[in-house]
Amino acid sequence: MSWNLNSDRPIFVQIMEHMEYDIVSGALSPGAKVPSVRELASAAAVNPNTMQRALSEMERRGLMHSERTSGRYITDDESVIASLRDSIANGRAEAFITQMKRLGLGKDEVLKLVKENY
Amino acid sequence: MSSLLKVSSLTKKYGNVTALNNLNIELESGHIIGLLGPNGSGKTTLIKIICGLLQPTSGEVTVEGNPIGAESKKVISYLPDTTYLGKSASVKETIDYFCDFYEDFDAERAYDMLGKLGIDPSARLRTLSKGTKEKVQLILVMSRRADLYVLDEPIAGVDPAARDYILNTIITNYDEKASILISTHLISDVENILDEVIFLKQGNIVRFCGVDEIRSNEGKSVDSLFREVFRC
Repeated sequence: MSWNLNSDRPIFVQIMEHMEYDIVSGALSPGAKVPSVRELASAAAVNPNTMQRALSEMERRGLMHSERTSGRYITDDESVIASLRDSIANGRAEAFITQMKRLGLGKDEVLKLVKENY
Repeated sequence: MSSLLKVSSLTKKYGNVTALNNLNIELESGHIIGLLGPNGSGKTTLIKIICGLLQPTSGEVTVEGNPIGAESKKVISYLPDTTYLGKSASVKETIDYFCDFYEDFDAERAYDMLGKLGIDPSARLRTLSKGTKEKVQLILVMSRRADLYVLDEPIAGVDPAARDYILNTIITNYDEKASILISTHLISDVENILDEVIFLKQGNIVRFCGVDEIRSNEGKSVDSLFREVFRC
């Protein structure tokens, strides 16, 4: 289970998160061909229907598109990838801030911590 | 999507014990469905009725519109919960036997899986361990090109590494037209490959829904929901 899917959240959502991360990080490069549903399902050890659902949803969001005969491709629209990066980064930042607040740290302390550790 | 299996008002009584109580199930093609329930909840009884080994007390089951019989058996590949293969036959002889018996049996696929699991086709079944025998049986069942696979406890006696391989075989080999009905207790091992689950409790269906619905609506895994519903 290299994809580290957790059974208490919907699997297709986790697949999307995993692939979105790969798109932003460049592991799946812009314009690259996406492996077939079956290959991906097998790699992630999930049901092909679940994989299909995740890919369709990513298509709907413009992160990939289908060519009728040749398969699915990652978007080559840089602005789409940039806005995906922003939204993932924002989500992570919010989660981080929430955790730091729970530890009782104020804004200045958190900023200092980030600067020191970056 | 057409209905592959239709169970209508199915009841089965053993004497005055009700094993299945007025079940209604409709399964579509192309899905993997988990049949989950504690011991004695009626899983095997339901499976045996679908496979034509038991007669229902009342109600009806149809497969692709046909009643249970020769036509339905042609399209169902069934893995029973007990061994039924001849002990003195070798694995190869058993495969030949299946080839003769089922039009849709794919011997190449069977040998391929045997090879990947390191099982020697010339070995006699008598000499195989319990787990290896189970693997052979599952390979035979999955090597048919059936429309409905009915697996009664397919991975119970198999080690975790082979379990992963077998689940992967199931995912990669089943075609879009076929559905798989799996009864098991090992929920956490199979739940990521399931589309839907049926929870059976004392012969009644207590849940029949998509697995991702459970995860998003209840915020828990199928395994934890099962433990909650069937808490002793």
